[in-house]
Formats: sequence, structure tokens, C-alpha cells
Amino acid sequence: MHSPFLHAPAGAAHDHAPDPRRRLLLSSLALLALTGCGPDAPKLHGMDLSGMPTGDFQLQDTSGQERRLADYRGHPVMLFFGFTQCPDICPTALTRAIEIKGLLGADADKLRILFITVDPERDTPEILRAYTQAFDPGFIGLRGTAEQTRAAAQSFKVFYQKVPTGSSYTMDHTALTYLIDAKGTLRAALRHQQTAEECAQDLRTLL
Amino acid sequence: MKKISIKPLAAAFAVCALALFNQAAVAQDATLKIDEPWVRATVPNQHATGVFMRLTSSAAGRLVAVESDAAKHVEVHEMAMQDNVMKMRQVPGIDLPAGQAVELKPGGYHVMLIDLARQITPGDHIALTLVVEDAKQQQRRVPVDAIARPLNASAAPAADHAHKK
Repeated sequence: MHSPFLHAPAGAAHDHAPDPRRRLLLSSLALLALTGCGPDAPKLHGMDLSGMPTGDFQLQDTSGQERRLADYRGHPVMLFFGFTQCPDICPTALTRAIEIKGLLGADADKLRILFITVDPERDTPEILRAYTQAFDPGFIGLRGTAEQTRAAAQSFKVFYQKVPTGSSYTMDHTALTYLIDAKGTLRAALRHQQTAEECAQDLRTLL
Repeated sequence: MKKISIKPLAAAFAVCALALFNQAAVAQDATLKIDEPWVRATVPNQHATGVFMRLTSSAAGRLVAVESDAAKHVEVHEMAMQDNVMKMRQVPGIDLPAGQAVELKPGGYHVMLIDLARQITPGDHIALTLVVEDAKQQQRRVPVDAIARPLNASAAPAADHAHKK
């Protein structure tokens, strides 16, 4: 289901030279292709981050194993920062990841889906494991100390902050899903508003 | 014992009053339509989750509070996306314009259950009470039974959501 986007990304309304390998089903979606790429650059629904420095992290998976991005070399990676007490963005993003896997079919087996908590204080390894497993047994939950979490977020230019609510606190956080190719290079960010189909198209285009 | 205890009388009166009040509440529910109330299931030790529903009030009103025994704190929150950052804030209430459906759905308003009394598993029924104010600031209480959907229940496509700039 393609819904019209309510606001195209800034600077997205430039005309590109028609790409002979056009994969887009709807010409209106061409509006979403980003500028700043050459005429042969693939059109993405998400944000093309090719050429941007790839971030890294030093965290633990839910079995206590130390993990860095390089551990997933050889696999395309979808990386999302969130927290388990999140009422809707994180479940929506993780549910969409399941749908994306379904759309990619056999190609999805190579994909690694990483969920980094920005709330390690409340997201214990047990909760994080149960949470990621509740979505898909293959999803990988990662957490670290407050410092490691900050370093990981900064290296991906992810913003997050604790915001007190009436009785506890919530986390504002960047809701982008980062795509890293099998060589370990950052390629794109999927916007939260993208449908699973649009994300799957971006993954096919890039990975 | 010559003293007549008024406790049983008071209790009987309270029961009657409650029955009347409940009838009144049911009668008043006609002015507030609640569609598809659901709550997202949780994993063990998860402290919080969201409740969603669609409210249509026949007369202009305002949702001012939500109560539930399922959690220590119940808050009404609004979510907005700004520059790809998710921001969630507690709001003092939600306006219910006459005859207009107001959605509490992923990406917008939701009721937040914080410090859950227990894990919520798919199929569970969670009882809530909506406190709704009419234009004259008369409050009434409307019971809601929200059904738990799996943690990975598919939300409406996010692209449908209006985003605040």
C-alpha cells in the first residue's frame, strides 16, 4: 500500500535524469529520490548515505558476547536504535523489519537485524533478549554502558535523550534504520514512514 | 446490642447508588463510541506499554484522564516525529470534537501504562476507565475493555500518519 508522503525530504524535489533501470512503480515516488547523487545513482526511498563515514559500536549482545560492527561483515545489516518501553515506534520498526524479511524471500537469510537500546538502564539483557525474540528469533539485541551507548549513537549520528514524563521517563530518539552492506559500508537510512515494500526495494537496490 | 449499626445500611445504599451510577454511565456511553480498543502485549519484566483505540464523541468533549488497575501510572501521551526523531510527550488531555473520530494509534496519541502490575499476554483483557469531560466540565467515567494484541501486531502503515513539523 503506497500512501502519499506528507512531506518530502528537504531538497528532494529536484529532477533526476531518467534512470533506464528505473525500478519505481509509481512515478510520484521519484520525488523521494535524493539529490546529491550522480545521474546513475540508484533512486532510493530512504536517505542515500553512500560516502558518509560508517559508524561503529562496542556493545554486548544479549548472551554477553562483545560485539562490534565488523562481527557482522559478510552480511547486510539493518541497524535500529530504540528502547523496549517504547509504545509504538520501535515495535512498528521491528515489525516492519519482519515484513521486509518476508518480502526479500531467500535473500533475507543473510540479513542481520540489530536493535541497539538507548535505554540500557531499564533494558537489561534479559528484557532485551525477550523483546527482540518476541519479534523474530533472528533479531539481535545489543546494549552497553551509558558511555558505550553514547559512543555508538554518536558514531551513527543518532540523537537520543531522556525526557521525564509524569511518573517516569521516556526516550526521544532518532527513528531511522541504517543499512550497512556486506562489506561493512554505510549505504542508506530508511525513514520511519517508509512502507516495508519501499524498504525492501531500497535493500534490493543497494545490497 | 441496642446500637443500630448503620454500616450495612450504608453499604446497601452504596450498592444502590453504584448500580444507579453504572446505569447512568451506560446510558451516557451512547455519546462516546469506542472502537477497537487494544493494548500491545509485553515481554516479562517490561514496565510499560501502549493502549490504542478510536474515540468518537457525539457531543464536543475532552478525554482528561485514563485509569486502570493494570499499571501504577496511566498517562496520555502524544508522539510526534521531528526531523526523523521520535518525541513522546505527556498531554493534559485530548479534545474530542463532536462527531469526529479521534484516533489513538501508533504514531499519534496513545495511553501509556507505566509500571505494569504484570506481564500482558496476547488475548488478555485490560480494563480501563476513560474520564471524559463535556463542554460544561461535567466529568463522566466510561469503562473500556482493551484486548491485548501480540507485541509485533502490525500497526497502520506509518506513512498514513500526520506528522507535526
